[in-house]
Amino acid sequence: MSRKAFPLTCVILACVTLYAGTAWAADTVKIGAIFSVTGPNAPLGGPEAKTLRMLVDDANKNGGLSGHKIELFLMDSQGDADKAVSFARKLIDEDQVLVIVGPSTSGESLKIKSLCDENETILLSCASNAGIVNPVAKWVFKLPQMDAWAAQRIFDTMKKLGISRIGVVTSNSGFGQGGKAALNSLAASNGISIAIGEEYDKDATDLTSVLNKIKAQNVQAVVNWSTEPAQAILAKNMRQLGFDVPLFQSHGWGNISYVQAAGKAAEGIIFPCGRLLVADALAADHPQKKALMAYKTEYESTFKEDVSTFGGHANDAFLIISEAIRKAGSIDRAKIRDAIESIHGLAATAGIFNFSPTDHNGLTSDAFEMLTVKNGQFVIYQK
Amino acid sequence: MRAILRRYLPALVLVILVVAVQITLSATRQEFYMTQLTMAAYYTMVALGLCLLMGYAGQVSLGHAGFFAIGGYSSALIAGLGAAAAVSIPAAVLVTAAAALLVGIPVLRLRGHYLAMATLAFGIIVLRVLQGTPFFGGADGLSNVGAYPLFAGLAISGRRALRVQNYYIAWSLVTIGLLLAINLVSSRVGRALRAINGNEDAASAMGVNVARYKLATFVLSAIYAGVGGACLVHFSAGIGPGEAAVMKSVRYVALVAAGGMGSLSGTLAVSAALTFLSLRGVFGLYDDAVFGGILLVIMLFAPHGLPGMLAGVRARRSARRSAS
Amino acid sequence: MEGGLILQYLLAGIATGSVYAAVALGFTIIYNATGIINFAQGEFLMLGGMIAISLARLMPLAPAILIAVVATGLVGVLLQLVFLSWLKNPAVLRLIIITIALSILLREAALHIWDEKVRALPFFSGDETSSLALFGARVSPQVLWVLGISAVMVAGLTVFFRSTMLGKAMRACASNPTAARLCGIRASTIVSLSFFLAAAIGALAGCAVSPLTQTQYDMGSSLAVKGFTCAVLGGLGSVPAAVAAGLVVGILETASVSILPLAYKDVVALGILLVILSVRPQGLFTLRRTGWARRA
Repeated sequence: MSRKAFPLTCVILACVTLYAGTAWAADTVKIGAIFSVTGPNAPLGGPEAKTLRMLVDDANKNGGLSGHKIELFLMDSQGDADKAVSFARKLIDEDQVLVIVGPSTSGESLKIKSLCDENETILLSCASNAGIVNPVAKWVFKLPQMDAWAAQRIFDTMKKLGISRIGVVTSNSGFGQGGKAALNSLAASNGISIAIGEEYDKDATDLTSVLNKIKAQNVQAVVNWSTEPAQAILAKNMRQLGFDVPLFQSHGWGNISYVQAAGKAAEGIIFPCGRLLVADALAADHPQKKALMAYKTEYESTFKEDVSTFGGHANDAFLIISEAIRKAGSIDRAKIRDAIESIHGLAATAGIFNFSPTDHNGLTSDAFEMLTVKNGQFVIYQK
Repeated sequence: MRAILRRYLPALVLVILVVAVQITLSATRQEFYMTQLTMAAYYTMVALGLCLLMGYAGQVSLGHAGFFAIGGYSSALIAGLGAAAAVSIPAAVLVTAAAALLVGIPVLRLRGHYLAMATLAFGIIVLRVLQGTPFFGGADGLSNVGAYPLFAGLAISGRRALRVQNYYIAWSLVTIGLLLAINLVSSRVGRALRAINGNEDAASAMGVNVARYKLATFVLSAIYAGVGGACLVHFSAGIGPGEAAVMKSVRYVALVAAGGMGSLSGTLAVSAALTFLSLRGVFGLYDDAVFGGILLVIMLFAPHGLPGMLAGVRARRSARRSAS
Repeated sequence: MEGGLILQYLLAGIATGSVYAAVALGFTIIYNATGIINFAQGEFLMLGGMIAISLARLMPLAPAILIAVVATGLVGVLLQLVFLSWLKNPAVLRLIIITIALSILLREAALHIWDEKVRALPFFSGDETSSLALFGARVSPQVLWVLGISAVMVAGLTVFFRSTMLGKAMRACASNPTAARLCGIRASTIVSLSFFLAAAIGALAGCAVSPLTQTQYDMGSSLAVKGFTCAVLGGLGSVPAAVAAGLVVGILETASVSILPLAYKDVVALGILLVILSVRPQGLFTLRRTGWARRA
């Protein structure tokens, strides 16, 4: 009998705590966040969660956002789409948050897009799928750069290197499948022929067989698009097979731990990325330098680990929220939404944001810089 | 008369609780809990069906999440076909039943570990196919699935305004499922299943068509799962391949085991409670560990589930009283 | 396909197959001694790798691996003693669920001890870019280590089961537990030993393959399923059968990449499992008529 009464007891307890909590609600800014802190996408959600917590704590110590205290509701979806939906509903209906930051993955973001839009809750997604902002939903924004630009920058570099025949490998995650679509749609117009395209499971541990298949097609370069540890395995397998053509990665490679995992095999990998990883090397007057260095130094000194571009998206979300509240001069959600749409020239980690009613991503392909790995470090790619 | 009341008591209790919870939540303006309660109801359908299969027919299935996924994806895809949208749920259930038939016929001849592994393999194959095929949306799954209209203006939908309605729709389905299951196990079929559970060869010797009953129960339990999946996809307006994951199948097994293998009401209670808590994120980082732990503890110390443990306690207490 | 490419696929297939064979061996050894299918078998590979990686920071590679293997073996024995040894005539279903639960808990424990980051042992010789040329095929030296260690392991086990008293006692227990007991063989010792062996074999394989596949807390479950496929294919019988089955599945799976899209590679192994279970559950290499669970 106690099992059946348990939910009831929970309900009663929740009522009590909620009434106790409502006294502070009027003036605080409620920010919800859904990240994949644990589970297969932990490399994405972990840094995102840490970043947001760090920024919220800082702001609250220094008088909040334009004088408003921030209340953060951080939830771990473990990359699970129905948890994301369930948490989104909770954040919207129960906690009545102003804005939801995240989720970390495209699949989850697509699932809660219409939910947030219908319920007038701002969504600042940290995932990359173009479908999140296309078609544009009034309340939904996306912070990472578009896959299409990453693909285009890769093709631009290939053209300079005289590469015209490539092999493409992608993981079967949402990120990988998005990249595959981007590469396929832009290849022909860039004069690049994709001789072979294969998709591997994100838990794959041995890619020699698919690399053999690709090698047999006499390609001049290989492109890999994923965010999983398999990226490092691919790099190692290529060298072990004596497959010495250039390896291009996606912006999912932007985490030094993958370089460390691949060791010597990581040397010479070329990939498009936001400038966060080479912030030190930027000129002092570069428009993004201040924002990048601020985030990098704070994150690295707080958590004693290297920054990654994923954490940067959470940082950008916070910058956008602060700026919007400042511009709107109020915490009314409709006014803040309008304020976000009117943001111009906001320098952040992913790039410089210029939103508009038709552009809810706010970035251009300049947001990407081509980077490479040299002596185990990320450096700007010079050709 | 009293016997009939006793038999259907769990269903009566369920109805009373469902109504009581709704009235309380609406009165205290906490209606948002209904979202997770509605989702929990659909997941509980799977557990109910699995209880029939594992608890009564004694057949293990480590791939039942696969049927849930098949039901959900079928309904989503058929609903997208325009004209057929009105029958997407019944059609999805048919598809699930067909899949269960196809899988069940070869696989149910196996027993023990072999059956477990075969059903596990089935679940993983469903997962891989869903992940790897662009038609099914790949890793991102299907989104923007429309509401499913029922009779009298009701609809299965996730819209906030229809929250209370959907709560009742979901739990009505569970109640109907429970009633059907109770009927089944109290009938001749139920006795045949129990005979099979006890000893397949003996049952066969007594004239029970073992193969047919096992297959029928397997398909029925898959139908329960398919109904859950097909309805949830309209409530959540989408579905992902993760619904077919191995851990989901293991969770369903854990819920049935904890509820008492052969206890429909136990399974229902445990499933509703634990699924609700999990969807609320109460277990945090330890979600999987909690289910694994429950499974281990129950199977080690109370293989007949919590009801069995309670019954054992009660029996020991009365034995002690009569001895003193 | 030219010869070099065929050899390339073959080498990759045998390397993968050796890992599957190690898992299949673990299943087979425990099943033969106890009638239990230990779903946690895959986790032993993960544990061996993780422990070795942690130790390798404090000591040279060889002792680190040795200690990791022994430690994992002891974990196996511990699992058996704490969770399984005292069960009286457990139903098959109950055992299945218990070992599944154990595999989940081992995985979650590993997650909280070591976190979700991916790690790897250093390459036993050379580094991540070393590449040997072998009759037109290029392969990492680590692949040869995997093959070598597996071969030594299999040879050692065959000798153990065929020629030593302990090994023969284990085989006796497997074929006729009552008669074995009448001959003075303590069943409980044999059971614990079988768990130790299975875990140690898994750990060694996990260490050997770690530089290539990297070690992650959740690598156990898919290995367990594939390993079980091979064990069933081998009829849950002898050492050579399990090994042969492992190699066959490894090669088939790798070769399938040349004709099927890579996305469905797993489906190959699973499809093989379903076909075998439907058609000949006793496996390819035994004449026994099994498929029905033995009384545990």
